[in-house]
Amino acid sequence: MIMTGAEAIIESLKNESVDVVFGYPGGAVLTLYDALYQADFRHILTKHEQGAVHAADGYARATGKVGVVIATSGPGAANLVTGIATAYMDSIPLVAITGQVAVSLIGRDSFQEADIRGITTPITKHNYLVKKVEDLPRVLKEAFYIARTGRPGPVVVDVAKDVFAATVDYQYPQEVKLRGYHPLFAGKSETIDQVFEELRLAKKPLIFVGGGVNLSNSAEALRTLVDQTGFPVISSLMGLGCLASDHPQFLGMVGMHGTYAANMATTECDLLLGIGVRFDDRVTGLLSEFAKKAKVVHFDIDPAEINKNVMSHLRVVGDLNWSIPALLERIKDISGELKEQARSWTEHVLTWQREQPLTYEQDTELVMPQAIIEKISQLTQGEAVIVTDVGQHQMWVAQYYGFKNSRSLLTSGGLGTMGYGLPAALGAQCGLPDRQVILFVGDGGIMMNCQELATAANYNFPVKVLIFNNQTLGMVAQWQRMFYGGRYSHTGLKGNTDFVKLAEAMGVTGLRVTKPEELDRVLKEALATPGPVVVDIRTPETVDLLPMVPAGARLDQMILGGS
Amino acid sequence: MKHTLAVLVENRPGVLTHISGLISRRAFNIESIAAGYTEEPDTTRITIVVEGNEVEQEQVVNQLSKLVDVIKICDLTAVESIHRELALIKVKASVETRADIINIVDIFRAKIVDVNRETMVIELSGHETKIDALCKMLEVDHGIIEIVRTGKIALARGPIPAKDQ
Repeated sequence: MIMTGAEAIIESLKNESVDVVFGYPGGAVLTLYDALYQADFRHILTKHEQGAVHAADGYARATGKVGVVIATSGPGAANLVTGIATAYMDSIPLVAITGQVAVSLIGRDSFQEADIRGITTPITKHNYLVKKVEDLPRVLKEAFYIARTGRPGPVVVDVAKDVFAATVDYQYPQEVKLRGYHPLFAGKSETIDQVFEELRLAKKPLIFVGGGVNLSNSAEALRTLVDQTGFPVISSLMGLGCLASDHPQFLGMVGMHGTYAANMATTECDLLLGIGVRFDDRVTGLLSEFAKKAKVVHFDIDPAEINKNVMSHLRVVGDLNWSIPALLERIKDISGELKEQARSWTEHVLTWQREQPLTYEQDTELVMPQAIIEKISQLTQGEAVIVTDVGQHQMWVAQYYGFKNSRSLLTSGGLGTMGYGLPAALGAQCGLPDRQVILFVGDGGIMMNCQELATAANYNFPVKVLIFNNQTLGMVAQWQRMFYGGRYSHTGLKGNTDFVKLAEAMGVTGLRVTKPEELDRVLKEALATPGPVVVDIRTPETVDLLPMVPAGARLDQMILGGS
Repeated sequence: MKHTLAVLVENRPGVLTHISGLISRRAFNIESIAAGYTEEPDTTRITIVVEGNEVEQEQVVNQLSKLVDVIKICDLTAVESIHRELALIKVKASVETRADIINIVDIFRAKIVDVNRETMVIELSGHETKIDALCKMLEVDHGIIEIVRTGKIALARGPIPAKDQ
């Protein structure tokens, strides 16, 4: 069928079952926007390209589908960079379609020209520059396939302006032919046998779950594995939710702000089953001392993750939807033995959990940030889709929210992008209109993309935005307090911003909490109010996020604190 | 230790950017890199010499393999193979010194490919150590004006091509 390049893109989006795109128009993508208009394709207009890309990311994390973002050439595309890097670090499937100047103008420093392919090369799974309209259908087919399969990730498709208007005899390829890309599903079955042998020998086994479990939708299988083995479980930030936080074998998050029990169990275990994890430095602390008494078994789909940070004794390379069921099949007859074998160890680690639980100051006239999260956890029964920004509040959410479901925590874990939260929450709400979406954000982070409150109002996305307003850049200030002699260099945020008025100016309901006794009532009111709501919650300035393993220290060298 | 990798990639624009970008981002220690067309017009072959221990070397291979445009990587360090580099050396050569240079060139089985009243250009292919040795001789006794080297290329002995290994 003869059509323009722009129409071919819309057709390809339909062929990929894309039902919504996020974006911002501009000169180089005018023809594409004309085609969107004529096709009446669902498009969410954000207020900034960075908002659009984070929204597409939030949509992808919440739904498991590929998020799609469109931006114009030059500044439009460059504004996507932080969002693409965020998605890349957390392995989120995205396709970013950017306009490029016309073929004849490429390389001449033309108006609104930027080499977005070059710029995004280190932060994409793959990228393309399309200069011939005939290449478009194949490139889009490949882009979606690459973004979604194997270890997911963002793909940029940069399209020269004249390609949108050129005509092509459109035919969407049935299959992808890539000589250099063969995502793995099943790995070697003998590796499962080897893991089985290690399980039988282990006296102090520990399961460590990561973002890979959420991304691969293998939480159900993982939960069965946890039940069948009776082993204690720790999680990375990205793995939260794949096992319910109140599961009796769950010790909480491990790492820099992990629980005492999780960090001690990691230090003492003799077998560590890392499932869909990448042993980030925020998890391992001092790498040379990490899980030193343990044999490490690393389950991952990406062979390059093996021995990247932590040396593994056994590698199980393949999709978790292959490896976990294969292991379950292998251990089904010895479930009782495994539980018996690890019983005294499991009881021991649970004692740590009881003796050193997470604590914070209760007896105060101030609204403690941890109390806000516990209250929301209780009001939503752990069923909400939780989005965070980056900083202290992010870690407190990881510690105190009682997650029930996989894919229920959307957070910028790898890149740690401030300003991520609000647009990501909008994307999540767009993808899951019937779910309660709650954003926790600091007074620093909200200002990095606060323009998207207007988007929330325009589309009536009923996101509840809880601002932890401590008038300071809490996490950085904490480090200044602990390691820089209390010299608060530019971390004070005392200003005249009235978040209630800001919300109202953007067409969003604004509420405020200043005293602990108001918390319950105002949060209930916020949850019950239709449409988007901002709650400005005044929290104390100097609350330390604990426990904390100082950067570069061993996991068992925690600063515990608490009241 | 040094590893010589034969990397077969799609012959498309931007592939070298992807490879060099990855090498720089992951801070891999690359000694030389040489690229050229192959017997298949849609395939480019890149020979990379990488310095590092086994673990580092495995990371290089695994990370490069993740690039969509990388078709195959073959480690030629362990297999019997032929390693060559080509150098062009421009050396100072007066009427008086020409004879000595010709002698040296003969000993190294190099070739003189250009000559004028003041200089000569010498072409030599072989192991990098051989090229190093010739350069040293010429530099000490005659003075080198400029050198260009291709970086190492390598091919396994025997009938099986890298793509089928």
